Amino acid sequence: MDMKGPITLTDAAADRVKAMLAKRGKPSAGIRIGVRSKGCSGMQYTLEYADEKSQFDEVVEQKGVTVLIDPKAAMFVFGTEMDWVEEQMKSGFVFRNPNEKGRCGCGESFHI
Amino acid sequence: MSDDGLVMLQLHEPGETPAPHDSERGAAVGIDLGTTNSVVALSFEGSVEVLRSADGRGLIPSVVHYRDDGGVEVGAKAREAILETPDHVVSSIKRLMGRGIEDVKALAGTLPYAVEPNPDGGMVRLRVAGRVLTPVEISADILRAIKARAEEALLGKMVSRAVVTVPAYFDDAARTATKDAARLAGLEVLRLVNEPTAAALAYGLDNAVEGLYAVYDLGGGTFDISVLKMEKGVFQVKATGGDAVLGGDDIDHAIAEHFLADRKAAVGEHPISAGEVKQALMTARVAKECLTGRTEGEWMIEVDGRPSRHSLTREQLEFLAAPFVERTIAICREVVEDAGIDVADIRGVVLVGGSTRMPLVRARVADFFGRPPLADINPDEVVAVGAALQAEALTAGSDTLLLDVTPLSLGIETMGGIVEKVIPRNTPIPVAMAQEFTTYQDGQSAMSIHVVQGEREMVDQNRSLARFVLRGIPPMTAGAARIRVSFQVDADGLLTVAATEMTTGIEQQVAVKPSYGLNDDEMADMLRDSLVHARDDMQQRLLTESVVEARRSLLAVQSALGVDGDLLSADERQAIDAAIEQVKAACAGSDRDAVTASVESLETATKSFAEKRMDRGIRQALAGMSVDRLDGALGGGE
Repeated sequence: MDMKGPITLTDAAADRVKAMLAKRGKPSAGIRIGVRSKGCSGMQYTLEYADEKSQFDEVVEQKGVTVLIDPKAAMFVFGTEMDWVEEQMKSGFVFRNPNEKGRCGCGESFHI
Repeated sequence: MSDDGLVMLQLHEPGETPAPHDSERGAAVGIDLGTTNSVVALSFEGSVEVLRSADGRGLIPSVVHYRDDGGVEVGAKAREAILETPDHVVSSIKRLMGRGIEDVKALAGTLPYAVEPNPDGGMVRLRVAGRVLTPVEISADILRAIKARAEEALLGKMVSRAVVTVPAYFDDAARTATKDAARLAGLEVLRLVNEPTAAALAYGLDNAVEGLYAVYDLGGGTFDISVLKMEKGVFQVKATGGDAVLGGDDIDHAIAEHFLADRKAAVGEHPISAGEVKQALMTARVAKECLTGRTEGEWMIEVDGRPSRHSLTREQLEFLAAPFVERTIAICREVVEDAGIDVADIRGVVLVGGSTRMPLVRARVADFFGRPPLADINPDEVVAVGAALQAEALTAGSDTLLLDVTPLSLGIETMGGIVEKVIPRNTPIPVAMAQEFTTYQDGQSAMSIHVVQGEREMVDQNRSLARFVLRGIPPMTAGAARIRVSFQVDADGLLTVAATEMTTGIEQQVAVKPSYGLNDDEMADMLRDSLVHARDDMQQRLLTESVVEARRSLLAVQSALGVDGDLLSADERQAIDAAIEQVKAACAGSDRDAVTASVESLETATKSFAEKRMDRGIRQALAGMSVDRLDGALGGGE
């Protein structure tokens, strides 16, 4: 069952997260998505391994991956699709967030 | 960034997500901010990459187009706009960096935009497309485009720091202006580096044999020759020279004229239209570039439906180009001779600038310097390559310490408009030097410090950089105050001047806010002038010194006459007055010997007066004093 959660992961993103969690070599509760107010255009995503779930985390189980969403971030990232992109020179996770109103020139931060 | 403009994120350990742009602190580029074209390059572990546009072009034309809709375009697109809206486009802004209205008058009529004085003094402003802009703002627009180009080429990595190159003869005002422009564009300037020094670094000459190296830079519109001395990995600019209005464009013009003459013969005598001139110039440039590789070619000019064919051989091209190339060689000769260098002592010659691709230029340079020039690195990019290497050295750390030198001497004005040099030309920077000066008049409580730059002996022939006043000097006899004036030039060649009165410690300091004065041409001329006029200057200086000395004597005698005039008989008084008149007359003339002689006769005429004054002084000092106090009075009287 693929219920639409607060955020969705593409297959590529889910596979990548699983691989990275396996490679981390220590027990993880999943990954945690947060936002913080830094950067030249307001907010910046954080994407980190989670050692444990905290009380108020929004939990999304999807495609075998546990995604914890920081309560402060939940309202900003609702509806976001997380994808894994590989290009010739670099690769990484991208967040397609319908709430974003703009980004700074370099793309590292965004505002809503 | 990914295709859809989103940033790529990596998974981090908890709490270790880096702050935005942290990762980009490392990207420090080298920028050759040129008169005609600019180039940006990045060095990583000693290997340099020129950052190119998507279509592979490394050169960014230093041209800015201010659109009516408020948009700003830089580079090739802006250059294209010259044809349609020339009054909305600014090119060659580098020539105006740090220049005041007086400097620019010489260029009047040759600039396609209106130049206005700055009501606050200082740098001129330009009226372009309804906006009023300073050269700094326009340069900042170019630098912003360069920064954007670099960030695009680096896949969205932010570029925030740069080494920017400037001509060796750029003065303080132009250097400050360049730095300001970079700051406006959001770039931290790690260091301003002289262009020839950057070119030498690109060839790794800092690791080469110690000795003299020449950098021959023939661009589109300017020619510069610099002789560098490399010692222990450190470069000093030994000599520079050039011509600010000599370059590849002149050769294009000569070829175009040749084509137009042919065209008249082919299609019949007719008034040449502006369109034909433009076509001829473009064809000339193409032909010139073609004949670098080939020995002959044929081109077509078609304007108003009238085609004409033009063939040109390399031999013909070289005949047309020869006068310009010979002029550069003549300048090289002058510079080398002025610097007292034997050409045979120059260990290597670096070629910079697109025009040095011409086989004729390479051959003539090789002839003159007696060795084939270094030309492996693209001459359009070599300066940016050197700057990039320096940027990496400054950020990633390196053993290479790049030292530059002061391009012109720095000094202050002393009485009579004489320049006292505090930091001589070619002193390695950073440097701090100080000299002591004193007051000229009794009770003088303030001293005006006038900072000048240049090689000539008299102030009015040098460039005025700044003026400030040191106040609060305690009243003292002329010559008793000790005022220490210290000059500090930082690694970017920017000057701070401080004046301190040594007995009280009162201090006054200025970071030189230059009062803009000279154009590039004049800068180069100044160096030459100083040699040509060395003898005249020295004579002028000696004369002025004598006059200053004579006036000082006059002041002393007149003040003594005011106090003790009653000691003199009518005859004595008359003799002194006559001697005073004689000194005044001599000071008005320009014969130093006459001035000196008149001062001597004034001294003779006042000799007995001086003795009488001394007697009176002693009598007054002794009056009513005990012997004990007398000892103290004499001992402490100094």
